[in-house]
Amino acid sequence: MAQKVAILGAGLTKFMRRAKETGKELAFEAARMALEEANMDISEIDCVVMATAPDMFDGVHMKGDWLSDGAGAKRKPYMRSYVGGGSGVFAIIHGWYLVASGLFDTCLVVAEEKMSSCMPHPQGAFNAIYDQFLERPLGVNLLWIFSLEMMRYMHVHKISLETIALVSVKNKRNGLDHPCTQKGIAGEYTVKDILNSEVIAYPVYRLMVSPVTDAAAAIVITSEHEAKRRTDNPIWIEGVGWCLDTSYWTNRDLYYPKYVEYAARMAYDMAGIKDPRKEIHVVEPYDPFAYKELHHLEGLLLADKGEAPKLLEKGFWDRDTKDGIPSCPSGGLLGVGNPIAAAGLMKVIEIYLQLKGEAGKRQVKREVKRGLAQAWGDLMQVGTVVILSK
Amino acid sequence: MNVYIIGIGLSPPRKISPEVSFREMIYEAAEKAYLDAGIEPKDVDTFVSLSEDYEEGTAIFDEYVPDQLGAMLKPVHTICADGATGLASLFAQIKTGHFKIGVLEAHSKLSNILYHSHVHAMALDPVFVRPLEINPYFVAGLEMDMFLDSRGYDELDTAYVVAKNRTNALLFGRSSFGSFISPEEVLLSESVSDPLRELDIAPNADGACVIVIANEEIAKERGRDLIKIAGIGFAEFTPNIERWEGDAEYLKVAARKAYSKAGIKNPVKDIDFAEIDDTFSYKELQHIEALGLVSFGDSAEALKEGFFDLGGEFPVNPTGGNIGNGNTSLMNGLRAIYDAVLQLRGDAGNVQLKSPESALIATWKGLPSASGGVIILRREG
Amino acid sequence: MKFEGISLGLKEFEKEIKVEWKGKLEYEWDCGIALSKFMEGLKHGKILARKCYACGRIMIPPRMFCERCFRPTDEWIELGDEGEILTFSVSFVNWDASRRKKPEIPAVIRLLGTSENMGILHKLGEVGDTLEEVLKNVKIGMKVKAVWKKEKEREGAITDILYFKPIKRRK
Repeated sequence: MAQKVAILGAGLTKFMRRAKETGKELAFEAARMALEEANMDISEIDCVVMATAPDMFDGVHMKGDWLSDGAGAKRKPYMRSYVGGGSGVFAIIHGWYLVASGLFDTCLVVAEEKMSSCMPHPQGAFNAIYDQFLERPLGVNLLWIFSLEMMRYMHVHKISLETIALVSVKNKRNGLDHPCTQKGIAGEYTVKDILNSEVIAYPVYRLMVSPVTDAAAAIVITSEHEAKRRTDNPIWIEGVGWCLDTSYWTNRDLYYPKYVEYAARMAYDMAGIKDPRKEIHVVEPYDPFAYKELHHLEGLLLADKGEAPKLLEKGFWDRDTKDGIPSCPSGGLLGVGNPIAAAGLMKVIEIYLQLKGEAGKRQVKREVKRGLAQAWGDLMQVGTVVILSK
Repeated sequence: MNVYIIGIGLSPPRKISPEVSFREMIYEAAEKAYLDAGIEPKDVDTFVSLSEDYEEGTAIFDEYVPDQLGAMLKPVHTICADGATGLASLFAQIKTGHFKIGVLEAHSKLSNILYHSHVHAMALDPVFVRPLEINPYFVAGLEMDMFLDSRGYDELDTAYVVAKNRTNALLFGRSSFGSFISPEEVLLSESVSDPLRELDIAPNADGACVIVIANEEIAKERGRDLIKIAGIGFAEFTPNIERWEGDAEYLKVAARKAYSKAGIKNPVKDIDFAEIDDTFSYKELQHIEALGLVSFGDSAEALKEGFFDLGGEFPVNPTGGNIGNGNTSLMNGLRAIYDAVLQLRGDAGNVQLKSPESALIATWKGLPSASGGVIILRREG
Repeated sequence: MKFEGISLGLKEFEKEIKVEWKGKLEYEWDCGIALSKFMEGLKHGKILARKCYACGRIMIPPRMFCERCFRPTDEWIELGDEGEILTFSVSFVNWDASRRKKPEIPAVIRLLGTSENMGILHKLGEVGDTLEEVLKNVKIGMKVKAVWKKEKEREGAITDILYFKPIKRRK
C-alpha cells in the first residue's frame, strides 16, 4: 500500500520576461534552493522528476534529457512527465507516485520554463497544439481556445465582463506581495482599467491574460520515515488526481471543465474529503486567463456551476476573507507570471508556504489546515489536482 | 504487492503506414491488447503514453492520446522516455495501491518526418554542438569509435550483430527488414559517420504497441500467462555528449536497481534470454556489457562464438531487435516487451526458445540521449 | 530569502550574445481512413460524418472508431453545409502575437444533422469589420451556412470551406 509522502523544501527563481540564465541554470537555482531548505545534499536524492512544457519554446528536442543535468539527475533515475499546462502540478503527482509506491524514498521535483528563447514570439509554438489535419490549416492562434471557451462560459451562465475582470483585479493585487513576481505584472487595478486594456481576442482583454515568463520551481519530497527523521513539521501530500478528456475539444460543451471535476473527485476521495467547501481552506486554481480561475473553482466543486462569479463579487475568494476560501493568494499566473510548468509548481509551493504559515504578507487571514493546488492544460482537456495538509 | 503484464497488442512495425492515421494505428494495437487482457477500456484505472513532440510534429502531443485508447475522462499522462522508463511510471502507480489496471502506449510515425536529421539536430545542445551542423549520426559514429577502440573491437564485430538480428527477424517472419546477410556483406554498406555504416543503423519504421499491466489480484483472477514484472530500473547519464565514455552508464545504474529488486546475482544464469536495444549495432554489444552479461571487452568474442544466437546459451534479440524489426523510437521498448511476453508465453513461432521462464529487457531512448531502463520479467506457474 | 534570476529588459536582451537556429522541421502526416474520405468529400462540396450504431452519435470530425463505445463506427452520413454557432470570438492577434486591424472570427460550429455539441472549428465571414459590428451581427445559437471555394480551386482540405456566413431570415 501507498506510503505517506511529505514535502520538505521548496525553491523558486524570480519570474522574468527574459532571463539571462539558461533553462538548465534556472532549473539548477530552484533545485539548489529546495535542497537547501530540506537540508539535503543531491547525493541523498533517489530520483528526479522534471516538468517542462513544449520543447518548441526552447527549440530543443528531448528537452527533458537536455535539462537533466541542471536538475541534478546525472546517474539518477529521472523522468519527465508531460500534460501540457497541467505539467507543473502533475510534477508533484509524479513524484508522489514514485515515492508512495515504495520504489524511492526521496525525490527532487523540478519544473522549468524558458519561453523567451522562442522567436518571434512563444505564442507561435502553441499553434502546433491544434489538430494538424483540420485546425492548423485555418491559421489558428493560441488565444482562440480561451476566447471561445470564455465566450461559451459567459453565455451559458450570463456572466458579465466586469465580473470576470474582478479576477484580474484580485490576482494582480495579491501578486504585489509575491517576492518573485514578474516586473510590470502585479499592481492595483480597477475593473475599468482591465476593460480599458486592448481587446486581443474578444471577450479576452489584454489584462485578463497571464504573461510570457522565464522561471523555475522545485520541491523536495520524501517518504514518511525520511520526513519524520528530518523535520518536526512536514507538510503532507494527502490526495492527488488527474484526468484527461477527449482531444475532440469542439465536441464538448466548453462551459464546464468536467475533467477538473473528475481529477478533483479522485483527489478528494484519496484525501477522505467529503465536503470540499468546508475542508479545503485555501486554494490555488490555475488562472492563465481571468475566467479560468472561476471555471476551475466550479470544476473543483468549491462553487456550484455558474456560482463562482457571484461569490467573487462578494469577496468569498479574497485573501483576507473570514468565511470564504482564499483563492490564488500568491497572485497566481495573472499576478506573478506564467512560466507554464514552473507556474503550476509555484502554486503548489504557495499552498505549502500557507500551510507552514510562512507566506509572509500573503498569509491568508483564516486558519488553514488543508489546501489545494490545481493546474490545467492540453486542448482545454486536462486537470491536475494536489491536496496538501499540515 | 506484485505487478503483472496481462495483455499485449501490436500494430506491427513497417516502413510506412499511409493507410492509417496515428489514431487508427494506435486503436488497432489497443483493441488487440484489451482483447488479449480480457478487459474493456472502462476497466482501466490509469494510462501512460510515450511521446516526444518533435517526433510527432505536434506541441503537447499528450492532447491526442485518449480517444484511441478509450481513455477519455480517465487519468492519462505522457512520459517522454524509453519503454522501460515508461513501464516504471505505470508500475509505480500500480504499486501505490490506488490503481489496479494500467495501460502503456507508444507508437511511431517516423515516416511522416521529412528531414530526420533536422529533428535529431534539435536534440543536440543548441550552443555547443548544433551550430557545427554535422549530420547528427556523427554522435553515434563517435561513440561507436570510442566503444570499439576501448575494447580492441573492429567493425566486423558489430557487423555480426546486424547479421544475427536480421536473420532472426527473417526466421520470425513478421518484419520486412529480415534478411540472410553475412557480416562481411554488412561491411559493404555505405559509410554514414565512420565507423558507422548504413546497415549498422536500425531502419526507421511506423507502428503502435499497447501493454496492459495489473496488480496481483486482477492478474490471478485472469489466471493464465502470469508474467510478473520482477524488477525494474531506469536512469539518466548526461545529455552532454562530450562526457560520454562509451559505456552506456545509464544501463549500469538501471540494471543494478532492477537486478536487486528481482534478486538476480548472475544475470546470464538467472535469466533465460534478453531483448536489448540495438538501434545501432554497437549499442547491442555496449548494452550487453553494461548489463554485466559478459565482462568488459568480452562481448564481441561471445557474439562470434554464437553465445547470443537463437540456439546459443543466452539468446539476445530472438525476434530480431530493432535492426530486424525497425526503429520505432520510443515504441522500441514496448515492441521488446511485446516480443519477450510472446517468448514467455510460448507464442514466438519459429524463433520460440525452449520454455523460457525469465526475460531481461533493456531499452534506450535513442539518439542522442543517454537514458534508458531495464525490466526483468518472470513467468509464474 | 533570496531568489535568483537576472531579468533582462528588451534592450539588454537584444544586446545579449545569442545563438540562432532555424530547423527544417517539416512533416507529412498520414490522414488515415476517416479523414482521407472526409477531405475527399470536401473537394466535392460534401461534408461527411460518421455514425456509431451503439451510441447513435453522428460524429464530425469523422473517426473510424467511437471513442466512447470503443468499437468501430458504422456508417458514413452526408451532412448539409448549414450549422449553428456554439461559441465564437473576435480575434485581433496573429499567430506571432502581432496585431491585426480587421479581426478574424473563429467559431465552433455544430453542423445540422450531427449530435449534440458536435462542433468543428472554423471561421465566420460577412459579419462585419469591427468589434461592434461583429458583436451586433453574431449571436451564439445563430444559424450559419458554409461559403465554399470554387470547385476548381478545392484541394481536399478544411480550407475548401472559406468561412461560414449567417443565414438571412426571410421576412
